Parts: sequence; structure tokens; C-alpha cells
Amino acid sequence: MTPKIELIGISKRFGRKVVLDELNLSVMPGESLVVIGGSGTGKSVMLKCILGLLRPDEGQVLVDGQDVTRLRGRARTAYRSRFGMLFQGGALFDSLSVWRNITFAMTQGRRGNARQRDLAIELLQKVGLDAAVADLRPSELSGGMQKRVALARAIAAKPEIIFFDEPTTGLDPIRADVINDLIVSLVRDLGITALTITHDMASARKIAHRVAMLYNGKIIWDGPRDLIHSSGNPYVDQFVNGRAEGPIKTGQLVR
Amino acid sequence: MQTLLKDLLSVLIRIGSVVLAGLGAVGRLAQFTGRAVGRAVLPPYYPARLVEQMLIIGYFSLPVVGLTALFTGAALAQQIFVGGSRFNAESTVPAVTVIAIVRELGPVLGGLMVAGRVSSAMAAELGTMRVTEQIDALTTLRTDPYQYLIAPRLLAALIVMPLLVLVSNVIGVFGGYLIGTERLGFNAANYLSITSQYLEGDDVTSSMVKAAVFGFIIALMGCYNGFHSSGGAAGVGRATTNAVVSAFILILLANLIITVLVFGS
Repeated sequence: MTPKIELIGISKRFGRKVVLDELNLSVMPGESLVVIGGSGTGKSVMLKCILGLLRPDEGQVLVDGQDVTRLRGRARTAYRSRFGMLFQGGALFDSLSVWRNITFAMTQGRRGNARQRDLAIELLQKVGLDAAVADLRPSELSGGMQKRVALARAIAAKPEIIFFDEPTTGLDPIRADVINDLIVSLVRDLGITALTITHDMASARKIAHRVAMLYNGKIIWDGPRDLIHSSGNPYVDQFVNGRAEGPIKTGQLVR
Repeated sequence: MQTLLKDLLSVLIRIGSVVLAGLGAVGRLAQFTGRAVGRAVLPPYYPARLVEQMLIIGYFSLPVVGLTALFTGAALAQQIFVGGSRFNAESTVPAVTVIAIVRELGPVLGGLMVAGRVSSAMAAELGTMRVTEQIDALTTLRTDPYQYLIAPRLLAALIVMPLLVLVSNVIGVFGGYLIGTERLGFNAANYLSITSQYLEGDDVTSSMVKAAVFGFIIALMGCYNGFHSSGGAAGVGRATTNAVVSAFILILLANLIITVLVFGS
């Protein structure tokens, strides 16, 4: 079977700093892959390379077997319509109300109609928020609520692939679990392909089919979720058990 | 001898790297400008965003630009009167005031005031959008940030600045008129007739051309610096400062160039 997303030898440098170093990774259709790794190991950079927000210095990104690394103009816009992305900080547009944020992919910042507003409210309920927040501004919401609105925005246009950049960071354990359930149901019921970045191991255990660990710009381990505690890899062991002592030196983490 | 050569070389290397960095910055700005202007003419258009920006840049700048023009026009008339009285040329007050306001002070001071207000606000807003990943979010939601964010701002400033400067010129002349008639003893009808007699079409045209160019500079510096800001809150602060300073310098430089081109021959 052709992987939904395949990264082949992706390298990305910022100045002299090598962030991704010939990284290889693939995600199968309908699979939920979780990428774990320390803060600043280039997880977000990897997602941005796939979305074309950053151009990798070397390597190829294949989606459904097609090279999308050099897409331009309309082809690239059409390509992006297949993706939804939940940004780490939410990245809601603070000049627009919550419901216009959620429906942005459809309205493209234009006024929007009652039908779209209803859709926004439906999505708000899905992420565990009240319809009353629809007309508020993002700045009037707490951080956790912003995150859930951002999640509603990411899934609004029914994309086939969704990227979650730390979906549960900043949420209490109960609300985090609501988000985890939602991601699981998106994958199971709608058949989307999910690529999640997190260092929340509880979340990873719940939503992942497969887990990959990014370290020093490479994927150093990759296996089914159930093997994560018996990976035999000292780096993975240290990370999943959250130990300060081990082969990963905190001073070594590259940004 | 060898250390001298080494020192010389290190100086040359430093000069070279500064020149290269400068050229790189000019190149990036040119690329940004080309892209913004190119996308501004292509659909989709965002008329609601354009109107919103025209209000922010034009309408809400009226008080500050109007007051600047009023005080400057009044002070100018007073100074011309005092200076002119040294060689019995007090009667030149209305003529010199209107020419100075329309040709130079109206557009330049208006431009600087709007730059202080608008370039900084644009840089801060776009800079915050950049560091909070809102610009990336726009792109992933298939909206071109150049078309959605930059083009309306550039176009709005280009359209609104000439109107703003037109109003500011009238208010500036009115400031001179107030001092002239209330303090310096000019006859009201006489003051106005001299004013209109000495004002020529070219003066107004050059004033409007300057205003449009300044408007473009104001929006371009605000957008460019904000769009390329990085490094959190401090980065946004830097972008804001750079936007205002570069807009000021470029406005004064552009003013000199246009003045020499239009009135120099």
C-alpha cells in the first residue's frame, strides 16, 4: 500500500543549525502516528515542511506517492486543502469572532452566512464548548478554550489529513482526554490520517497506532504503540519514563 | 607588516559583509514589494478589508494630521511675518505660507504623523500574527497572506494618503489664516485672495504625488517589518521600531527626490 505521507531524506537547516537531518518517515492512510521528542527537536519544523510553509533544503515529501515538494501557485493551494492543522498556540485570528475563525476555510475571511454559523456551533459542541462562545473574540477565551476552537477550525473543512501540534498542552487532564477522544473518533469514524506531535505520553498512548521518536533531526525509533515501553531503545525509554538521567542530555537539545 | 595586512583584511571583510547584508536587505524588500504588488492586482480581492484599512489609516488619522497642520500653519505664518518684517516683506505671509504648506509641510508632516501612527501599528499587528503563527494558519487555510493582509493595506494607504494630505493642506492654510487675520492684522478677504492667487496647479499635483508615494512607503515599511519579524515579543518590538524609523527616513528621502525632480529645473 502507498503511504499517505512519505518523507524521504528531509533536511532543514537554519543558518548553521541542522534541525532535520535526512529524516525518513511514513504515515499510512487512516493511521494515527504520534511523533514524540524533546522540546525544540524540530517536530514543528517537520510539519511545516510537509505543509509547504517551510521548504526543506533537501529531500522529498510524497503524498499518495506524488512528489509535492516543488508545488507552486494553485497546485499548492489545492494541495493544502487536503490538510487541517492545529497549531501549538492555537493561532486563532484575533480580529475575527470565534465562529468566523472556525469557518475561515469556507469563507476565506468574508462575511459568511447563517448556515456556516450553524456549522461552527455544531463543531463547537463537538470539541466540548458552548454555543455561547461563537460570537466572542479569541482574546476573551482561556488558553484551553482557544485550543479547542482551533481544533474545531482545523477539522471544519473535513480534511483527509490532520496535523495536531501538541493538542493537549495547556489543558487539564479531563479536557485533554476530551480532545484525545475526539482525535480517536476522527481517525476511527471518518478515516482521516492523523499526525500528532506531543510530549504528553498519556495522550500518545491513547491516540496513537504507531509512535516515532525524533531526536537530533532523525527518527531514532518507530514502532507500534504497545511496544513503546519495551522498545529496547535507551533514548525512548528515558523519554517515555520522563527521566532526567540517561543518554539524552538536556543541554544537548538542539533548537 | 603581516599584522597590518591582517588588520586591513579584517576591516575589508567587515565592510564587505555590511555591504552584502545591505544589498541582501534591499533585495528582500524588492522581492516583497514585487510580490505584494503582483498579488494585489490578482483576484481574490478583499473589499471589506480594504475599506477597514482605509478607515484605520485615513479616517482615524484625521485628528492628529489636522492638528499638526493647524499648529504648523499658524507657527509658519507667524515666523514668516517676523522674518519678512526685517526687509519689509510682511505682505508675503499668505503666499509663502500656502506654498510652503502645500509643497512641503502638508505632505511631509502628514506623512510622518501617519507613519508614526500607522507603520508602527501595522508592524505590531502583522508581527504578532507572525510570531503567534497566525500567518502560517492563514496559509494552511488556503488564504494568501499577501492578498489578505498586505495588498489591502498598501492599496488603502495609497488611496487615502492624498485625500488626507488634501485636508491637511486646507487646515494648514487655515492655521496661517487664523494667525494672519487675528494677530497680524491681515484683512480676511485679502488674505484668501492672495492665497488662491499664488497657489498653482503644479503645487497641488506635486503635493498629491508626494502623499501617494508616502502612503505606499508607510504601508510597505509597516507590512515588511511586521511580516518578517521573528523572536517573540522582543522581535515584534524591533519590527515596530524599524518600521517607523525606516518609514521616516524613506519619506524624507522620497520628498527630497520628488522636490528636486518637480521644482529643480
